[in-house]
Formats: sequence, structure tokens, C-alpha cells
Amino acid sequence: MNSRNNNTISKGVDWLVIWLYAILVAIGILCIFMVEYKPGTDWLQTFIAGKTNYSKQLIFLGVCVVVATFILLADSKLFTTFSNLLYAFGILLMLATFVVGKNINGSKSWIPLAGGFNLQPAELCKIFTALALSKFLSRQETDFTNIKSQIIGAVIALAPAILSIFQNETGLALVYFSFFIAMYREGLPPALLIVGISFGVLVVATLIVDKNILAIALTVIALLAIYILRRYIKRQKSILTIIVAVWFICVGVQRFAVPYIFNNVFQCYQSTRIYSMVGKDYDCTQNHHKSKSNSDKPSKKPDDYNVRQSKIAIGSGGLWGKGFLKGTQTRGKYVPEQHTDFIFTSLSEAFGLVGCVIFLGLYLLLLFRIVRIAERQRSTFSRVYAYSVASIIFFHITVNVCMTVGLFPIIGIPLPLISYGGSSLLTFTILIFILIRLDADRQMVLR
Amino acid sequence: MPVFNQNRSRVIQVIFTSIFIIILVQLIHLQILSPKYKLAAENNAIYRKIVYPDRGIIFDRKRRPLLENIMSFDLVVTPSETKGTDTLDLCTLLQIDTTEYKRRMRDIIFKNTAVRPSVFEPLLTQELYAKLYENMYKFPGFILSERKSRAYPYNIGANVLGYIAEVDTSFLRRHKEEGYEQGDYTGMTGLERSYEKILMGQRGIQRFIKDNRSRIQGSYENGVFDTAAVAGKNLYTSIDVELQKLGEKLMNNKVGSIVAIDPKTGGILCMVSAPTYNPNYLTGNQRKKHFAQLLLDPRLPFNNRAIGNKYSPGSTFKTVSGIIGLTEGVITERTTVTCNGACQGSGTGKPKCLDKGTFDFKNAIAHSDNTYFSTVYKRILDQPRYGGADSALAVFNKYAYTFGLGHKLGIDIPSEKAGNLPVSKYYRKIFGQKWYSCNVISNAIGQGEVQTTLLQLANVMAIIANKGWYYTPHIVDSIQGGDEYNMLDAFKTKHYTDKNIPDSIFDAVQDGMQAVVDYGTAAASKIDGIVMCGKTGTVENSAKINGVMVKQQDHSFFGAFAPRDNPKIAIAVICENSGQGAWAAAPIASFLVEQYLRDSISGTERKAKLEEFANKNLIPYLMRMQMQKNDSLKRVKENEILQQQMNKENNDSTETEEPALQEVKPKVPIKKTSSKDKISAVAILIDEQRKIQKAIARKV
Repeated sequence: MNSRNNNTISKGVDWLVIWLYAILVAIGILCIFMVEYKPGTDWLQTFIAGKTNYSKQLIFLGVCVVVATFILLADSKLFTTFSNLLYAFGILLMLATFVVGKNINGSKSWIPLAGGFNLQPAELCKIFTALALSKFLSRQETDFTNIKSQIIGAVIALAPAILSIFQNETGLALVYFSFFIAMYREGLPPALLIVGISFGVLVVATLIVDKNILAIALTVIALLAIYILRRYIKRQKSILTIIVAVWFICVGVQRFAVPYIFNNVFQCYQSTRIYSMVGKDYDCTQNHHKSKSNSDKPSKKPDDYNVRQSKIAIGSGGLWGKGFLKGTQTRGKYVPEQHTDFIFTSLSEAFGLVGCVIFLGLYLLLLFRIVRIAERQRSTFSRVYAYSVASIIFFHITVNVCMTVGLFPIIGIPLPLISYGGSSLLTFTILIFILIRLDADRQMVLR
Repeated sequence: MPVFNQNRSRVIQVIFTSIFIIILVQLIHLQILSPKYKLAAENNAIYRKIVYPDRGIIFDRKRRPLLENIMSFDLVVTPSETKGTDTLDLCTLLQIDTTEYKRRMRDIIFKNTAVRPSVFEPLLTQELYAKLYENMYKFPGFILSERKSRAYPYNIGANVLGYIAEVDTSFLRRHKEEGYEQGDYTGMTGLERSYEKILMGQRGIQRFIKDNRSRIQGSYENGVFDTAAVAGKNLYTSIDVELQKLGEKLMNNKVGSIVAIDPKTGGILCMVSAPTYNPNYLTGNQRKKHFAQLLLDPRLPFNNRAIGNKYSPGSTFKTVSGIIGLTEGVITERTTVTCNGACQGSGTGKPKCLDKGTFDFKNAIAHSDNTYFSTVYKRILDQPRYGGADSALAVFNKYAYTFGLGHKLGIDIPSEKAGNLPVSKYYRKIFGQKWYSCNVISNAIGQGEVQTTLLQLANVMAIIANKGWYYTPHIVDSIQGGDEYNMLDAFKTKHYTDKNIPDSIFDAVQDGMQAVVDYGTAAASKIDGIVMCGKTGTVENSAKINGVMVKQQDHSFFGAFAPRDNPKIAIAVICENSGQGAWAAAPIASFLVEQYLRDSISGTERKAKLEEFANKNLIPYLMRMQMQKNDSLKRVKENEILQQQMNKENNDSTETEEPALQEVKPKVPIKKTSSKDKISAVAILIDEQRKIQKAIARKV
């Protein structure tokens, strides 16, 4: 590591990722343009004027290019050195929101800055957490196979998430769970993954199926398991104990934990959204947040309005779509928040299934490329960081797109690089370009 | 660091891929397999604007338009865009105050949201339109939107033509399949109603893209799917403008109606219902006010008396009784009956006759001898060959039925009444199982339970003129571009009276009717040079006042046709409570016959008489009382208001002196009777009045 050449920033950078980044951002701006477009206006002028969202996004892109250039010019060591400090700073900022926070759309997660801009520390914290987690896992003394370091890793990942929940930003909090994918790559036991998925299935089943029927079904499954495994049980009694314990936990979750979470942890509107996902009505009177949530987020429209309109917009696209700027639902502004969270609908209405497949293909290509980059790193720090980036992007795409197509409850999470919003675009730019910077130095071992 | 978990990168890639596949499956489900979303999207985003076609125009027999379409303008507002409007200026122009402005805005927003355009002031006058047009730049959010409305160049025929009005919810419920929408106009009465399908034309549809608040964003696919509006078809009627005009002039300040029919075609030449109203009253921005006024008017101007009122036909019915008597052979033309002043046949001395003497058939008609026709009627009912009064009455009714009585004729305007031919079942209820001809003898002279509409009476005249046949009376002769819905087929069938009636019998009746005009009851109405056959009628009637039947002034009837040899016009006239038939109805009929046959009234004497008749006020006493009562009620109210104002002024300015105050006397409202608003008369009966009040209550 003697002769690093800083003369050219392009040395060793992964051009494919940069190209994908550029294409996706361009698609994003076009999508916002589609949403905002009104016939009869001089689009060139509005692009320059900076009054509309798409031209603002263009300005944000300019800022992002500058930031990206700085990152590429910076020394990779910088990121490893400052990662813990940055993480601490991030946590501090998040705590600061409780004191100087500004309430936007019911979540007190913004710090007002000069010039009318607002900063959302939880957004930035994603980067810091990714760096901190990488730093922790790449420490020579960390052995991720032992349970203690696994717990520390989880705490690093979930601390900002917990703060986010207190800020009433459930969507952002969920993102932090994506770090488990990175941790899984580094040796988290797969059983955890299985348990996590099973838990998810159980929760969904609780919502859909009548609780008594589900209890019976669980019992039947347990009995079947005992019957099938009866030979093993004879040899090893502990299997029986495990099965009974699992059955007991499952029924407990289904009977008490899920209702408790919905009634006491979630806000009324959140519970309602999740229930409406599976096509049921949630009785808000059971929710102990009731009085508070009413004043926090008054809902003007029926709760499934967003999803219904979003599905209509997507569904009306058909195979080939209606064409650029010809989407009736987009033009009529039927889908709420279409330039931010529901940006995917404008794309799928205009370009149909074919456009969606190509678009999602680009995303998948980006993800696979990042995984590939991760696997070619010599240093653990870079690899963990790369996986973290992939996980965050993946999680965003999954939640956002699933939300618009009606597979997931509505959670305000932007579509990476596409949705309108300066802080979101900046966050992903920084995430990706730090990765590119680290990847350019993949022959180095960073600690 | 060890890279022992490398295989896990595969697992992660599999997770990535599988989630993307799940999304893909859902996308295929939404975009390819679920057509309902495409439909929902169209319902969401495409606004179908209806383009209204011009309504068809209605012409008279000489292709003169009885009504036409004129362009008028509405002031339309989109409340959400009115920021910066000079409210005060607008209010001054519209002559409303700001409270009214605010009230209207509130109502509009409540009814039709703030983002959609609604009518702020409908049907602007020319003057107001010009003023607003110059100042529109001051009123953002307001636009002048054009709209077609009806205009009636001759101010005639209100009850025949009918009016159009906005559809209400109950109409929409009844006509679900016909594509009406809130805000559409449809014919409510008269020809506008019965020929709605033809007049309305075909509406065009323009498709627009609308946004989530239903604001128009532009045309959909550049109008590829738009359809053009097809104008409504014109109607050509048999109405004669001059005749109708003269009829309405003559019936001014009278209650009653006139129907004139071309006996050869069944086409109606004029149909006057008095009192009528100026059809232009129900267009323009004062429509609501006028509508309420007309609805409250005790003279019932909306009632088409020619088809909607049933009258005892009086002596005019004697023609029918006579024909039946002759046909059944109970009398011959030479049969004579003597009248000593009263009919002795039934022992009650009723009905009385006016001229004493002995009459044959011809003179019995000429002098309208009650005894003669009572005898005829009695002879028919007492004929032993029918086997009793029941079946004899049935034979009589069968004849009468073929004369178009006792059932709806099927004229092409709505709300026709059927009239009444009493049947034996009815009499059994009253007189018991066994009833006698004497019980019902007054039917012979059209005074009993027999009831006809004036249209039926005119039709009877046409039948006598034609010697035994008629076409169903109708107003519309032909439809522009052909009769698409076969609406005129019914008017092309010839209806015959009972075929047994030979021409000689009709000749005998015509002889009698000619004698009526030549030297009989209607001799005063003879027109020089025109052979007119007619029959007068004087109908006793009574009205219930405070629960007591009080005899009223007689109704004046006259039925006629002319010329005798080549009949061109058959006419029936009724003037309610105007005395003898010869006194009011016969002269009116004679003027109309002369007008129709000669296109003018000849002789200065007759012209002067015409004017005299036109100016006669024959509004029945009861109705006049009612009008006066309404007026005085109004006056009391106005007095109260004036009193209040005076008190106010008094309190405000102490300087006002007592005598000055007294000078301010309440204005006495005087009913305007200009030539334009010819609202004439109507007898208001107590229960009729109750009906109106009910109607009003329903409207409100």
C-alpha cells in the first residue's frame, strides 16, 4: 500500500455500478417529470427554473455529484478511521431530535437547518451504522461465531432502529433490520433466519385465520411432527420437549403477543394499514394509542385508498403500458404521494409490465453487482460494508415495490435513487460511492 | 479473515431473486390478468362530457315556427378559482348584495364542490350579458357559458307545446335506461313531453382526462373516441298560428277552451285553453318566479282544459242522442213531440224546455228542444226488444263509444281525460237493481252523468261533418326525416262509427244543425256566405261552497263545422259560467270559422263585435273572489312590510312629520293584463284549490 495514485479518481472504480447509478437516477427524474407534467407547459424552461420537483431533483443530483466526487477523491482509510465516531455522532443527532426536533407529517424525526432545509438523522444514520457494523466485524479480535459479538452486532444495527420507533418513523426503523442480511453473510446462524421467517408466517397467519382454528392447526402440526418423528423421539426424548416448547411459543405468540403488539405497540393507523393489507378491518377502539393517534395523523381518505389507487395505476398499464406522459392515472394525480413513495406506479403505468421487468432487472443487476463486488474484497470491512449497502437497497426496493403492488402494508419508504427527495438521494449516493471508493482499493486490507 | 461463509452469498442472491420473482408474479397478476384495474382506471380518469344537441323545432301548418331555440348565457363559477374576483363589482352588476353572493357560493360549494364549475346565475338577459362580457377580466373563476333555450315568437300555444325543465330525481329513477343525467332538460308537458324522443336529438360525448378532484386536464386521446351531437328532429304540426292567436285573443279573460279540428285529417288546427300563460314566461332567468306564480294562480293556467277537464256536454250531446234514436228507429225525421213547457214523460216535469210548441227532428235540434230528446232517450231505454234498461243503455253506449266518447281518443299530448259514459252498474248502485229510464233522463240532453272533454266534442262535430268517420285528433302531422318510432301510425287509421248509420241520418242531423245557425238558437252567429252547421249547449252546473252545492252561472257550449258540403273545420268551444251557448261560445266559434275559411273577419260590424268579445271579462264570480282574496292577502302582507318600514323610518328620523307619513299609502297591486301576458280566467272550486296547494306542497 505504498503507491496509491490520487491523480485520477477513476482508477479502479467500478464503472458498471456508476452507470447503473446514473441510469436509475435519470429514470427517477423522468418518473418525477411524468408525475408533474402538465400539457402546454414549456418543459425545458421548467426544468431550468427550479420550481418543480423534477428540476429540484436535478439540483439535488448536482449536489450529489459533487459529494460523490469528494468521496471518490477521499482516502479509503478515512472511512474506517471515522466510522465509530460518525456512528456516535449519528446517534447523538437522533437523540437531539427529541429536543430540537421538528414535527413533519406526524414524525418528530427532523432537525431544522438553515434555509428551510430539514435533516433527518435516521437517514444519515444508515450510512454510519453500515460503517460502524463493518468496523466492528472487521476488528481482528471479533469472532462473529460467538454469541457475544453477534449480540453486539445486533445492538449496533438496532440502536438507531429503536430510536426511530420512538420518533414515530416505523418505516426507517425497519430498514435497520436489513443489516441482518449482512450479518448472516458474516456467520449469523441460519436458524435465526428460519425462525425469523417462521415468525413472520405465524404473524400473517394470525391476522388472516381465526385464532381458534389457527390454534387447532398448530396443534395438529405439532402432533403430526411428533408422529413423523416418533422413532427419533424414542431415541432422544429432548426432541419431544423442543416440539412442545415450539408449539407452546407459537400458540402464545398467536394468542397474546400479536394482539398485544397491534393494540399496544403499534399506532392505530399502523394496525389499520396492516389489517387492511390482508383485507380486514381493525377495530381502533382496542388500541390504547387511540386518542393520541387521532390527533397525530388524521386520515382523510379510507385507509386502502392509497393501495387501491396504486394498484389501479399499475394494473392499467397492461403489458406495454400507456406510453410516456400518457398515463391517465398519473396525469389525474389519483395516486397520493406519487412523486415520492409511489413513484413506481407512474413508471409501471407508462411502460407496463415490460418496463417494470426491465426496471427491476436494472435493480437486480445492481444488487448482484454489489454482491459480486463484496465477494472480491480482501478486507472484511469492505465486504461487510458492501453487503450492508446491498441489504439496505434491497430492503428499500422490496418494501417500496411490495407496498405499491399491494403485498405489504403502507410504510413510507422511498424507492432508492428514483423517489423524489434530496436526503434520500444523497444517502444512497454516499452509500454507493463509499462502496465504489472502497472497491477501488480492494487490494488493500482495511481495518 | 476467513472467507468460510462464501456459499452464503449464493443464499443471499437466491433471496434477492426470489423476492423479485414474487414481485414479478404480482405485477403479472395486476397488469396482465386483472382487467378490472383498467376499467377502474377509466372510471377514475375519463370524464365524459355530454354535448347537448339542439332540440327540434315545432312548426305550424304553414311552416312557421311555434317555438325556436335561442342562444343564452349562464354565468358559471368555479369557486376554488375565484381568488381576486371583484366581488363588489360583480354584485353591483348582478344587482345582488354580498350576503346573497356568499350564500350562493356556500350553496354551490355544498352541492357541487369548490373545484367543479357550477351555474351562478342562469340565463342572463342580453343587457346583463353585454355588461358582464366587458368586465369578465375582473372576475377570475367566472366564465360565461352558452346554452340553448326555448323562445316562442308568437307567445301562443303554451298548453299545447308544453315546457321543458330540468329533470328531477324521481324522473331519473323512472327513466333509468334512457341516459338522462342530473342537469339535463326534458319535456315536462305538451308536445315537448310526448315527442321528447324525437325532439331531444342524440347527445354527443366528448372524453376528457380528469384529475383526482374531477378537474379537466385535457382531451382524451385527442378526441378519437368523441361522438358528435345530432340535433333533434323538427315537428310539423297542423296548428294554424293565426287561428290559435285569434282563439287565445277571444278567450282572454274567460275560462274555457277551444278545439278546432280539420275533419278530413284529424289534425288539430287550434287548441286554446283559457286562461293560458305566455310560454316565454318559463324561459329566461325569471323562470322560477313565474313558475311559482303560475302554479299558485287560482285560474290554473297549467291545466289544459281542452283535454284535461270533463264537462257535461249539454245540448250539444243531443246530436248524438238524435243520431242513435234515428238509427235505432225509435223516431224518424218526421216524428214530432210537443212541449208544453216541461217534459211530462217522467212525471217530474223535468227537464224543462225553453220554447213551447211542437217540433219535428230538424226543429228540435234547431231550437234545442229538451222534451224531444228526452223522449227519444226514454224510447231507446224503454224499447222492449233490448230486454230491459240495462242492455238498452249498453246499446246506447256502444254507439256513443264509436263516436269517440267515454274513452281517451289518444291525442298526442299527455294528460288527456277519458270522459264518462255511465253504465248500468253505476245506476244500480244508486237506484237499486231496478232502475228506469226516468232516473237517468237528463243524460239525453247531456246534463246527467255523461261527461266529455272538449276534444271529444270537437271530434263528434268532425264525425258528423264526415258523416260517420274520423281520424284520431292529433297535433303533429309529420316528423322531419320520417317517423322513426312509429309515433304517428295511430293517426293514420280511419275510425268508423257504427256502419249501420246511413248518410241520410247524418243529413237529417246536419239539416237540424244548419237550422240552428240559420234561424235556431245560434242565429246571431251566422256568417254570411258560409254554410255552418252548429249546436249550442247551455250546461247547468253548481259548485260546492262551504259544503253547500250552489248553482252557478251556466257553461256556454258550442259545437260546429263548416262548410257543410266540404267540411274544412270542426270546432267546439266552451266558455265556463258564461250563460247560454248562443251567448258566448257560438260567436267565438263563428269568428274562428270565418278566420280559418277566409283568413280574415269580414265587415266592420263583425270586427267590432270581435273586439268586444275579446275584451269581455267572463271570469266566473267564484274565481274572481279567489283572486281577490289572494291579492288582498298579498296586500295585507305588503301593508305589513310598509308599516314596518315606516316605523323604522319614524324611529330613524324624528324630523318626519305626521301628515307626510300618512301620504305613504300602501300600493295596491294591480294585476297587469298587457297583451303579452294573457292570463285569463278559471273557476276555482274549493277542492280544486286544495289540489293546487297539494301540488305546490309536493313541488316544495
